[in-house]
Amino acid sequence: MVKQHVTTTVNGDAVELLCDPTQTLLDILRDELDMKGTKEGCGTGDCGACSVTMDGVLVCSCLVLGVEANGASVETIEGMAEGEELHPLQQKFIDHIALQCGICTPGLLVASKALLEENPDPTESEIRYWLAGNLCRCTGYHKIIEAVQDAAAEMRGN
Amino acid sequence: MTDIRYEAPETLDAAVGLLAGESGRAQVLAGGTDVLVQIHTDRVNPDLIVDIKKIAELRAITNNDGAWSFGASVTGKELMDNADFNAAWPGVMDGVRLIGSVQVRGRASVGGNLCNASPAADSVPPMIAARAIATVVGPNGTREVPVEDIATGPGQTSLDKGEFVVSFQLPKRAPNSGDAYLRFTPRTEMDIAVVGCAVNLTLDDSGACTNARVSLGAVAARALVVDDAAKALIGTKVDDVAMDALAAAASAACSPIDDKRGTIEYRTEVAGVLAQRAAAIALERAKS
Repeated sequence: MVKQHVTTTVNGDAVELLCDPTQTLLDILRDELDMKGTKEGCGTGDCGACSVTMDGVLVCSCLVLGVEANGASVETIEGMAEGEELHPLQQKFIDHIALQCGICTPGLLVASKALLEENPDPTESEIRYWLAGNLCRCTGYHKIIEAVQDAAAEMRGN
Repeated sequence: MTDIRYEAPETLDAAVGLLAGESGRAQVLAGGTDVLVQIHTDRVNPDLIVDIKKIAELRAITNNDGAWSFGASVTGKELMDNADFNAAWPGVMDGVRLIGSVQVRGRASVGGNLCNASPAADSVPPMIAARAIATVVGPNGTREVPVEDIATGPGQTSLDKGEFVVSFQLPKRAPNSGDAYLRFTPRTEMDIAVVGCAVNLTLDDSGACTNARVSLGAVAARALVVDDAAKALIGTKVDDVAMDALAAAASAACSPIDDKRGTIEYRTEVAGVLAQRAAAIALERAKS
């Protein structure tokens, strides 16, 4: 296997590594960088558990090759809290008990953060459509939607 | 996993050279939302992956006095973020907006949706209805190919070794034109079309239809151009009689598969219904 040199930025930190061309960005995060917060669900882009942003764009990291991340800026769930202080979305997911098993939660948080950066005041319908690519088999989604709405309101200063 | 190599050339010539010169199997990579799944499930086993999305021509969106063109690896999100393109071709965007999830549209492209050659690809019928032309580059230079002639069957295209789609050209729109795409799926999101239908039409000042084009997806081995359905609209005011003829022509064009997501009979019936509903939306857009 011919490994390729990849330089990328993950949560603001410069990262250099050697990448097998078939490794996904998800493989790189979990297996090479030991960042296990990003989860693998389906591996085929259907469940959204592996959601990260790349140059500000929400993507499934299982559908991006590690070599494609060369030169890009990647943000993962590990970069969401500021030190010990949780992001408002993280706090509201706890307050609303918007999780049970928790496998989908990192992806839902990253996807919700990307939504609120694009649309600080989404309707319930907009939240549901935006999060259609993030599957949760436990909660029935209602508490997740409430948590996102509540976090959005707090972030708007209401 | 074998000894797969990855290249990301920055020029068309370099990409063509890599693809044409590869003695093993070369795989073009755009957004990767289909290709990566196919590689990881061993449905394709390339020796060389050529990532074409670092080539400038593949990424540009341009409006030349109302005649739009965009690169084959422009993402769905990039098109959705372009308000002027959305206003010009709302039916094309009906299809683009239905591709996968937000995450998938952050990577997936219209070029990839076309060249993956699924009969159910959502952006293909509205691009066909729009009379989009694909610019294809390869070892023998460039050629212009109508979008409906790229896919030849499930997973199969008319592209030769070393060829790939660079960009799409859409014709300048006549006044009073509108387009629309609808699909039927059991779920509203993250599903594959059981039937898809795009209608693109132009009206004269009296409201009569002077030009129309209808394309159906997921009811044959590739997306269809349905001339009889367009003829049912042309010369009419898109009234109930024309709508009935449209539905009959759309249903008559179907030769669908029979599977758990839709029987032959069901898909054939739904094609007519969707044609009418898409025509009604296109009509409304043409008048507004």
